[in-house]
Amino acid sequence: MATSTRKRPKLAVWKFSSCDGCQLQLLDLEDHLLDIADAVDIAYFLEATRATARGPYDLSLVEGSITNRHDAERIQKVRRQSKVLVSIGACANSGGIQALKNFADHKDFIRAVYARPDYIDTLATSTGIADHVPVDFELRGCPVDRHQLLEVVSAFLAGRKPNIPRTAVCTECKRRGIACVTVASGTPCLGPVTQAGCGALCPGCGRGCYGCFGPKETPNMANLMAEFASLGRSETGIRDGLRLFNANAAPFREESLRHDD
Amino acid sequence: MDDVSGLLRPADQSALIDALTARGYTVLAPVRQGDALTVAPVTALDQVARGWTADQTAGTYRLRRRDDARRFATTPAALPWKRVLHPPEAHLWTARDTGNGFEMISKPEPPPKQALLGLLPCDLAAIARQDKVFDNGTFADPVYTGRRENALLIAATCAQAGDTCFCAAMETGPDVRSPCDIALTELDDDAGWLVEARSGKGAEILSGLPLAPVPDTAFTQRDAIAEATAAAQIRTLPADTPGLLHRHLDHPHWQAVADRCLSCGNCTNQCPTCFCSNTEDVTSLDGTIAERRRVWDSCFSLDFTYATGRPLRQSTESRYRQWITHKLSTWHDQFGESGCIGCGRCITWCPVGIDITEEAAALAALEDAAEAAHA
Repeated sequence: MATSTRKRPKLAVWKFSSCDGCQLQLLDLEDHLLDIADAVDIAYFLEATRATARGPYDLSLVEGSITNRHDAERIQKVRRQSKVLVSIGACANSGGIQALKNFADHKDFIRAVYARPDYIDTLATSTGIADHVPVDFELRGCPVDRHQLLEVVSAFLAGRKPNIPRTAVCTECKRRGIACVTVASGTPCLGPVTQAGCGALCPGCGRGCYGCFGPKETPNMANLMAEFASLGRSETGIRDGLRLFNANAAPFREESLRHDD
Repeated sequence: MDDVSGLLRPADQSALIDALTARGYTVLAPVRQGDALTVAPVTALDQVARGWTADQTAGTYRLRRRDDARRFATTPAALPWKRVLHPPEAHLWTARDTGNGFEMISKPEPPPKQALLGLLPCDLAAIARQDKVFDNGTFADPVYTGRRENALLIAATCAQAGDTCFCAAMETGPDVRSPCDIALTELDDDAGWLVEARSGKGAEILSGLPLAPVPDTAFTQRDAIAEATAAAQIRTLPADTPGLLHRHLDHPHWQAVADRCLSCGNCTNQCPTCFCSNTEDVTSLDGTIAERRRVWDSCFSLDFTYATGRPLRQSTESRYRQWITHKLSTWHDQFGESGCIGCGRCITWCPVGIDITEEAAALAALEDAAEAAHA
């Protein structure tokens, strides 16, 4: 093989506060796993193998959010060992669904959930990786789309910009030939303010978008939420609809606060 | 030979689809899919929507049962026919690294042979607009022209205006007036289709069908149907819209539109004349294979104007102004006609109901008010 003689870039996959679903998307690339293993040296990927190799790493994929002091220190070490750092998934990009605690007193949650709250040492907020260290590229999604993940890895290996559009989910709807669920059936849909990447999964099933891929570039939150209200969604419904997987992404967070009484 | 015409009675109408299929065409026609009338391949007449139409207003589209059996009085289909000739994603080429250069390894697929049955006059006019975009005599786009040359166009006299329609104002309908292969009119009381050949290809197909003689009143009826549809239209554009837009590139009204605009790109994707695309290069993991593909793009996306390190049109107002100005004003400079054919899809399919005719009218009213204040 042409690749056997060249030095393969070292890949590391890191986990912070998360469900592991984004890492699983990498393992779910079954048809490409052998090619990936051939193209990169999988140096650190505990979800896949116990064998680890020391840094520095050429490409680090970081999953999960920062919710405790230990992780806040660990991400600094990861950054220092990584030439390129890509945050993958809603947790790593904006704090994930666990960022719901940012809107309340996190100690109330600890008291409600744990028999011995004094064992728990946690930060008051869940935040994305870019709030702590510089991030070279954000790959969106809850979970990330495995084809987009493969595109990011391929682009990194070729030294080119990944083809990851920042446009609205609407663009994927129209490419697939799906009639707009808001216009054709009055269904509130976050598609117009949400970044593409899922392939319009929910509108393709007649449902409104839940915003898994976070805000698109220049989202007009205020006017889409005004449209939601005119379609009959309550203020609480609007707020809660924005507080899902990307609750702490700035445009979603700020708009949800405007609908919080 | 082009002057073949006749009446295709309801019982004989399947023969048209059979004749097209026998000649190797994939037949595309309006079909009902969920809450909308879209365009899809059909193999039998009963798959074509019958007795359905849609009520369209700014930001809403609702299917409705008709009180007749017409198949093509659909109002503009929920998805434009554009994708048939200008597909959302097109593979351009694949190349392989040979060690000292590269070689092209893609084998272009022959363009599909498609018959477009039930095009409305607005959509037919849109194809004529795109013909000029994709082949200007010097440069021809092979993806579009290959599909276009293989296509057979069957257009129907429009018998139903939607609230967002303004083809009469744009002079593209409701009668079949742009070039096509067959013009079809659904006569009243389900009496049959008046079919008229408009090209040699159309005549060849019609001459093989079991046509009855054209009834005496058929042509009068055809014209009356179109006149009634035109009379039902409520939208229009202000006088000298091209000049109006050209005079107000810096008007504060653009910000008022931007406050409402979602920059989602639905208007451009739904517009049957919008043609912009982006090219994407992808590489294999081992770096030996590269592929270039073309995907639809929109002047509403931030990265559309990415150049010299940053996007040029960062504000939504600049993107909306670009779109409406190109569509209604600078298109005239480029192609000698409007880029708008009056189908109203950008109005219907805007999730927040922004209306291109209202925005042009608002600008005209503001101009009049400013002139009155100076007088």
